Amino acid sequence: MRLYIKFLLMHLKSAMEYKASFALTVLGQFMTSFSAFLGIYFMFGRFGAVGDYSFEETLICYAAVLFAYSAAECFFRGFDAFESVISNGEFDRAMVRPRPVMLLVLCSRAEFARFGRLMQAVVIFAYAIPASDIGWTADRIFTLIMMCAGGTALFAGLFIVRASVCFFTVEGLEFMNIFTDGGRELGTYPLDIYGQPVLRFYTYVIPLACVQYYPLSYITARTGRFWYALLPLAGFVFLVPCFALWRIGVRHYKSTGS
Amino acid sequence: MKKYLAFFRIRFINGLQYRAAAYAGMATQFAWGFMEILVYTVFHDTAPAAFPMEMGQLTSYIWLRQALLGLFMSWYYDRELLDMITSGNVAYEMCRPADIYTMWFAKNLATRCSRAALRCVPIFLVAGFLPGRFRLYPPAGAGALAMFCVSVTAGVLITVGLSMFVYATAFYTVSPLGMRIVAVNIIEFMSGGIIPLPFFPDGVFRVMRLLPFAATESTPFLIYSGALRGGDAGAAVALQFMWLVLITAGGKLYLDSSLRRLVIQGG
Repeated sequence: MRLYIKFLLMHLKSAMEYKASFALTVLGQFMTSFSAFLGIYFMFGRFGAVGDYSFEETLICYAAVLFAYSAAECFFRGFDAFESVISNGEFDRAMVRPRPVMLLVLCSRAEFARFGRLMQAVVIFAYAIPASDIGWTADRIFTLIMMCAGGTALFAGLFIVRASVCFFTVEGLEFMNIFTDGGRELGTYPLDIYGQPVLRFYTYVIPLACVQYYPLSYITARTGRFWYALLPLAGFVFLVPCFALWRIGVRHYKSTGS
Repeated sequence: MKKYLAFFRIRFINGLQYRAAAYAGMATQFAWGFMEILVYTVFHDTAPAAFPMEMGQLTSYIWLRQALLGLFMSWYYDRELLDMITSGNVAYEMCRPADIYTMWFAKNLATRCSRAALRCVPIFLVAGFLPGRFRLYPPAGAGALAMFCVSVTAGVLITVGLSMFVYATAFYTVSPLGMRIVAVNIIEFMSGGIIPLPFFPDGVFRVMRLLPFAATESTPFLIYSGALRGGDAGAAVALQFMWLVLITAGGKLYLDSSLRRLVIQGG
C-alpha cells in the first residue's frame, strides 16, 4: 500500500510538469461528461420524467455511476491500457520484479486528468442531493457511499477482465467497451427502465444493477428492504472471478520477446 | 487530381486491412444501437406527445448513425499527421509537389470511407431484418434515398473539412491533446451525437440546424427517414453545400497561413 501511494504521488508530480496541458485535458474531460449531462437535461426538459423516475433521481443515479467509472479509470488505468504493456514487452519487466505482478501493473499508470469527470460527478451530487425530495437520513447517505464504492470496484473488475483478455488476444478489444463504456452509458438511467432481460443480465452476470438500481430504490423509498442497501458489496464480490481470470491469463502469458 | 486519388486509394486499401477490429467494432455498435433504442422507447412511452418524430424514424436514425459511424466519427484524427506536426517532420511533407490541404483531406476521407465500408453492410442487413421496434426501416421513398445520398456525401466532406481546422490549430500548440478533446466534444454535441438535434429544446434546435455541425450527420439521417422532407430537405441540402464551400475554403486559407508562419528548427 505504501508503495502504491508512492507511485501515485510520482504520477501526480509527472502530470504536474505540464500544467497548461494538464488543465486543458481536465477541462476536456469535464466537458465530455458535461455534454452528456446537457443531453440528459434536454431530454428531461422535453419529457419531464423517464419511467417513473424524476430528473433529480436520475441525476443521483447518473452521478454515482459516473463517479464510480471515473474513479476506477483514474486509479486502475494500468489495466485499461494494458494491450500496450503486453505488446511492447513491458510486462516481462513486471514479472521479474520481487513484488506482486498485479500491484506493479496497478502502479504503472494513473491518470489524474480523469479528475475532470470525477469533479463533474461531485458537482451533480451537490446539486441533486439537496434538490431531490429525499429525506437524507444516515442510512441513505450510507447507501449512496456504498453505491459509489461498490461501483468503483465493479468497474475496476471490468478493467481487469479487459486486461486479462489481452493475454489471449490484443485484437478486437473494442468489444469489451460494450461492458465498460456501455455499462456507464446504461447506468445513466436506473436499470429497471430497460425491461426485465437487461435488468437480469446486469444483476446476475455483471452486477451493475446491484450498485445502481437496487440501492437507488432503497434511497428513493421505493422499497423498505434494508438489505438492498448492502447489495453494492456485490461489486467487491465481482472482483473475485476477475482476479481468477487474471491469474489464468498470467499463467497463459507468453512474452512477445521484444 | 490523379495523385490525390492515389493517396485516397492507398489509404483506403490500407484501412480495409483491419478486419478483426471491424468485427469487434460491429458488435459494439449493435450493442449501442439496441441500448439507445431502449432508452428512447422508455422516453417515448413516458410522454408520447412530446416525441419530436415518429419512433420508427428515430430507430432508422440510430441504426444509420451506427452503420455510418466510420464516416462521421468526431474523435478520429490521424495520429501520423498530428505527430508529424509536433515533431517537425511536416517539413518533409511540405517538400512534396502536392498541395498539403488536398493531400491530408484525401487521406482523412479515405480512412473514414474504409472504416464505414467494412462495417456498414452487415449492420444495414441485420438491422433491416430485426423484429418489431428495433427494425431499420427502408428510406421514406426514392426521392428521399437520392437526396440522402447527396446529403451524406456533402456531410462527410464537411466532417473532414471541420477536422482540418483542428490539424491547422495543432501548429500553434505543443500538446494538441486538450484542444482536440474540447473540439471533439463541441462537434459531437452540436451535430447530434449525444442526443439527436430534434430532441433539443425547440428554440435551440432552430439555431442548431443552421450551423455546420448539423450539416454533417444530422441532415442526411433525418432526410433518410422522412423526418426532414420536401422543401425543408432541399433547403437543408443547399445549406450543406454552402457550408461545404465555406469550410473547405476557410480551412485551406487557415492551413496555408499556419504553414507560412511555420518555422522548423533544422537538425
